[in-house]
Amino acid sequence: MALLEIREVTRRFGGLAAVDRVSLAIEAGEFFTLLGPSGCGKTTLLRMIAGFDEPDEGELFLDGKSLSGIAPEKRPVHTVFQSYALFPHMTVAGNIAFPLEMANRPREEIARRVRETLALVHLDEKGQAYPHELSGGQKQRVALARGLVNKPRLLLLDEPLGALDAKLREEMQVELINLQRDVGVTFVFVTHAQQEALALSHRIAVMNMGRVEQLDTPDRLYTAPSSRFVADFIGKINLIEVEVIDASHGHLGLRAAALGEFAAEPVPGVKAGERGALALRPELVRVTERLESVDLRNRFTGRVKELLYLGDVTLYKVQLDGGFVIEALLTNAAPGRARLFKAGDSVTVAWRHDAGVFLRG
Amino acid sequence: MRRRSQWILWAASLAVYAFLYVPLAVVVIFSFNDSMLNAEWVGFTLAWYEKLLGDGEMLRAAGNSVAIALLSSSVATVLGAMAGIAMHRYRMPWLPLLVLTPVAMPEILLGVSLLLFFRQVLDLTLGFFSILVAHITFSIGFVAVIVRARLAGMDEGVFEAARDLGATPWMTFRRVTLPLILPALVAGFLMSFTLSIDDFVITFFVAGVGVTTLPLQIYSMIKVAVTPEVNAVSTLLMALTLTMVLVATRLAPDVMRRGR
Repeated sequence: MALLEIREVTRRFGGLAAVDRVSLAIEAGEFFTLLGPSGCGKTTLLRMIAGFDEPDEGELFLDGKSLSGIAPEKRPVHTVFQSYALFPHMTVAGNIAFPLEMANRPREEIARRVRETLALVHLDEKGQAYPHELSGGQKQRVALARGLVNKPRLLLLDEPLGALDAKLREEMQVELINLQRDVGVTFVFVTHAQQEALALSHRIAVMNMGRVEQLDTPDRLYTAPSSRFVADFIGKINLIEVEVIDASHGHLGLRAAALGEFAAEPVPGVKAGERGALALRPELVRVTERLESVDLRNRFTGRVKELLYLGDVTLYKVQLDGGFVIEALLTNAAPGRARLFKAGDSVTVAWRHDAGVFLRG
Repeated sequence: MRRRSQWILWAASLAVYAFLYVPLAVVVIFSFNDSMLNAEWVGFTLAWYEKLLGDGEMLRAAGNSVAIALLSSSVATVLGAMAGIAMHRYRMPWLPLLVLTPVAMPEILLGVSLLLFFRQVLDLTLGFFSILVAHITFSIGFVAVIVRARLAGMDEGVFEAARDLGATPWMTFRRVTLPLILPALVAGFLMSFTLSIDDFVITFFVAGVGVTTLPLQIYSMIKVAVTPEVNAVSTLLMALTLTMVLVATRLAPDVMRRGR
């Protein structure tokens, strides 16, 4: 049995469905992420799990028991808020003791568990500090400690890293992974940052306009997106509008108006005449100087339109002869082999026929 | 050039402060003056204060004033806090209108309407109780505004966080909301207290004949003449108000620091 089951849940605001017939099951011990742009319904869903909102239709089950009508304080579900929402009039230790006090734990147990949890988030020295004396990262840790101390069945995290700067964010990501593994509490993480979702999660539900577009592991989402939205939302990608001209020879023959003809891996059930898009990751696109040096069938000539040097990699935008502008990401890892092109250079781009994913519709 | 403009600014500030404080200083100084007339300094005396202490009517009025101020500001703090929280939580446009109109209403109007209400509608005997209710009425709005301002500057999440972490609505209020609005409650109480203790217009209408307050008593005395005794009682009133302000500023930083 799943730890949390969301069954056909709909929540409307003024006729608009913020969450639209969402069903999913979260397993115990998982690091589960709800990923999507703002307004996709992920926060509404989170608030319904926490108990701050109730579904208009459908039901939520925790450990097989319905959550309908159960007040937030009665749910073994705690939340780490985006703003941290630390109690400003309590010390760090007071904040962390709060859920234990509300659960009427004995005094000695509270003292011990506060100590343990402070150690867990590396804030042993800060117990007597007030929230306004802490840095952003420290506040974040207190919020985590406060959410975890009473061992909830589920810890909800609402964009908890959003307020941190990039470097700190990366550190906290590593800490979050370790923390989740060590305490074994199921995490439901909400974010709009796809990179963060990929780095942290066991599974990700990509949400768009109130619905789950795809629920998969990070690598499956990245390498095999099931829709244009997912392909476009997660990482950088070239979306090439195509028509299937041949589906009979163990591969897909595709034609793009702004590009020409090329081949892709076959997709079961796809027939000639269908329209769709080929989703192609920039790092799978090769860029070379001369046509002859490429042994791939999917190859096109063009000119470098612009480039972004990012240090470890360089992103090229190449205008192909057919008009299509394709993005290619080249690593700068091998100084002997890597060649930096300039804007205006004539180049050949190519990709393996199994590099792209054909998306119907 | 710069020096000159600075000089002008200094002079202007000094003039303003003089305008504000010289009359008060005169009252204080002449309360110690050994003369019936507020004309020239004759010599130092505490005679007027002694006379004040022997003045039963004055003492009763002072007692009434303090009792009414304490009671009315206590009740107004509780009711005002509830109104402030409600205004913050339920964003109904008519609610602030309802709560804050007495604040904006001309005192004379409030006085007349309260008098009519007490006499014509309730058929109440005017006295201590009617003054008390009147003072509560005009104080609630001030407390409500202060509490709402305090809540507006606060992270909304803390109240949800308390519920989320297992606190019932009542515990959330006791452990989170109340401590956080405490500075506003202290400020609101002190404001109500000072408003109540020196209110004249509204009290004048609803006091009736039996019960009198300090401002009413002072007024009835100066109808005859501004005696040094009036100076003395005014000085004491000033001292009380000043103490309240000092207590407030000494209390506030502590509460504020923890509440930030």
